[in-house]
Amino acid sequence: MIELSHIERIFHVGDQQVHALRAVDLSIARGEYTSIMGPSGSGKSTLLNIVGLLDRPDSGTYQLDGADVTSLSEEQHAHTRRDKIGFVFQSFHLVSRLTAAENVELPMMLAGIEPAARKPRVQQALQAMGLENRAHHKPEQLSGGQRQRVAIARATIMQPAVLLADEPTGNLDRASGLDVIAVLESLVEKGMAVVVVTHDPFIGERARRQIRMEDGRVVSDRTTTPPLREPLFGN
Amino acid sequence: MRIADILRFSVNTVRGNRARTVLMLFAMAIGVAAVVVLTALGEGARRYVTSEFSALGSHLLIVLPGRSETAGVGPSMFVAQTPRDLTIDDALALRRIAYVQRIAPLNVGSAAVSYLQRSREVPVIGTTSEWLEIRKWVMDQGQFLPPEDPTTALAVCVLGGKVRNELFGAQPALGEWVRIGDRRFRVVGVLGGQGRSIGMDVDDMVMIPVASAQALLNSSSLFRIFVETRSREELSLAQESIVKTLAARHQGEQDVTVIAQDAVLATFDKIFNALTYTVAGIASISLAVAGILIMNVMLVAVSQRTAEIGLLKALGAPQQQILRLFLSEAMLLSIFGATFGLALGALGVWGIGLVYPALPVQPPLWAVTAAVGVAVGAGLLFGVLPARRAARMDAVQALSRR
Repeated sequence: MIELSHIERIFHVGDQQVHALRAVDLSIARGEYTSIMGPSGSGKSTLLNIVGLLDRPDSGTYQLDGADVTSLSEEQHAHTRRDKIGFVFQSFHLVSRLTAAENVELPMMLAGIEPAARKPRVQQALQAMGLENRAHHKPEQLSGGQRQRVAIARATIMQPAVLLADEPTGNLDRASGLDVIAVLESLVEKGMAVVVVTHDPFIGERARRQIRMEDGRVVSDRTTTPPLREPLFGN
Repeated sequence: MRIADILRFSVNTVRGNRARTVLMLFAMAIGVAAVVVLTALGEGARRYVTSEFSALGSHLLIVLPGRSETAGVGPSMFVAQTPRDLTIDDALALRRIAYVQRIAPLNVGSAAVSYLQRSREVPVIGTTSEWLEIRKWVMDQGQFLPPEDPTTALAVCVLGGKVRNELFGAQPALGEWVRIGDRRFRVVGVLGGQGRSIGMDVDDMVMIPVASAQALLNSSSLFRIFVETRSREELSLAQESIVKTLAARHQGEQDVTVIAQDAVLATFDKIFNALTYTVAGIASISLAVAGILIMNVMLVAVSQRTAEIGLLKALGAPQQQILRLFLSEAMLLSIFGATFGLALGALGVWGIGLVYPALPVQPPLWAVTAAVGVAVGAGLLFGVLPARRAARMDAVQALSRR
């Protein structure tokens, strides 16, 4: 589904060039559970941004669902993001003045979906996250774990093919972090491709496919045979 | 994105930031209110003057001796050299013109008016009975000058209210004899208080028949002849006839000036309109300032909401959509501000109306429309730059903030 070939990304910091990605080749299949690990500055977030069409590579090609998306316009990128890609961030990025339900509704609102069609989907998504009685709470009234689950509900409301999570547990304590991982793994079970960027080996090693990056290169890429671990909380 | 959703989102944002919103609404509102109130004042002054002149009657011509190239109120009107006098016979000749309804010759002077021991120096106006109808004055007591032949010097007079009070106090004045200059006149009426009327204090004058005034002031020349035409449409025809008639009477020489009350009115109209435009212009500067404030606040909003903009981009909002969201926010603020300003302006106008009941304050429609238009336009114009900055923001950098 995702085919990256010879992706290069160079940042200019002052008069210095930083090679964030060097000739990265990567393909991710539909429904795959992938983790990307590596030290800071190894290019894992940059890779995730390019996969998520938030950033453009300086060279190389990117095929998504068999179509070359490297040369699409800004607007086409936005629409592709909206329809095919979900994002989960370390700092949740919930809109603080909107309620949990309104945050989840946001992508559908941007897509121009009928209000009548939006409500049941929001309700269903919140229910799946166990947040049905938090629907009208503002983000500041929610715990960190709850916030990230709202963010996941928002990221998956458009039923994207792939969910990109950048340090999804980075701002959470252990228990809520495991909670969030359990939610992500349940999405994998339903057939969604999930890519998790993390520092945390405990989380990274739960993924079936584990990619290690260093200095802008993929240094190891191994796929373990399932089941690697017991599912968390037995779900 | 649906328009209803854009609006809802903007309203939500605007409500979420109370202090900022209130400040901006105030800035816009003060601008709009300033335009409304100031133009209302200018317009009120114009209407006041217009109505003062209209009180003269809308189909009035004033004949003055001497040839003057310009028509207007100025010193030249009073010192114009008169080659030939304007006489009562001239006035009577004008009455025979078909378009003329009424005439009132006017003679003005000053004389001592006394009753018993009390004496006052007051303006003395010589005229005829039709003056009352031409100027639409009202009597307080008794009658105006009797409708006699204007050449008859009757010994009757009409007093202004103030003159009556000063000479007679609480005593009845009607039927009494007063001395004006070296002649005796019988008081037949007292004028009602019409206040000031185009430079004449009606309360502080004495009116006598025009022929008596000529004798008293020892002058056969008239100061003015007021001519009322039958209708407004006949004004210019009447003007022509008057000039012709008098020229024929003055050996073919055009030595009088006929001004229409309209001409004076039009001049005042122009002056006050210019005044209104000027204050509107000055007031609209505050609208521009409000617009710049909106830009400033929106720029701050964009940098404060960087992370949100990044998020919207990640969720699939193209640049155009983000541009629309921020523009609609700026528009919403300026529309609310303008509405608030209109209310504030209406309040101000009402307040002025309370303090100066005589002034017909009302903002002209063009000013209200322009104020709202400029306010909304400024919101749009000054909203574009911040909105574009938001739309063009780099998503990755925007998301990494906070």
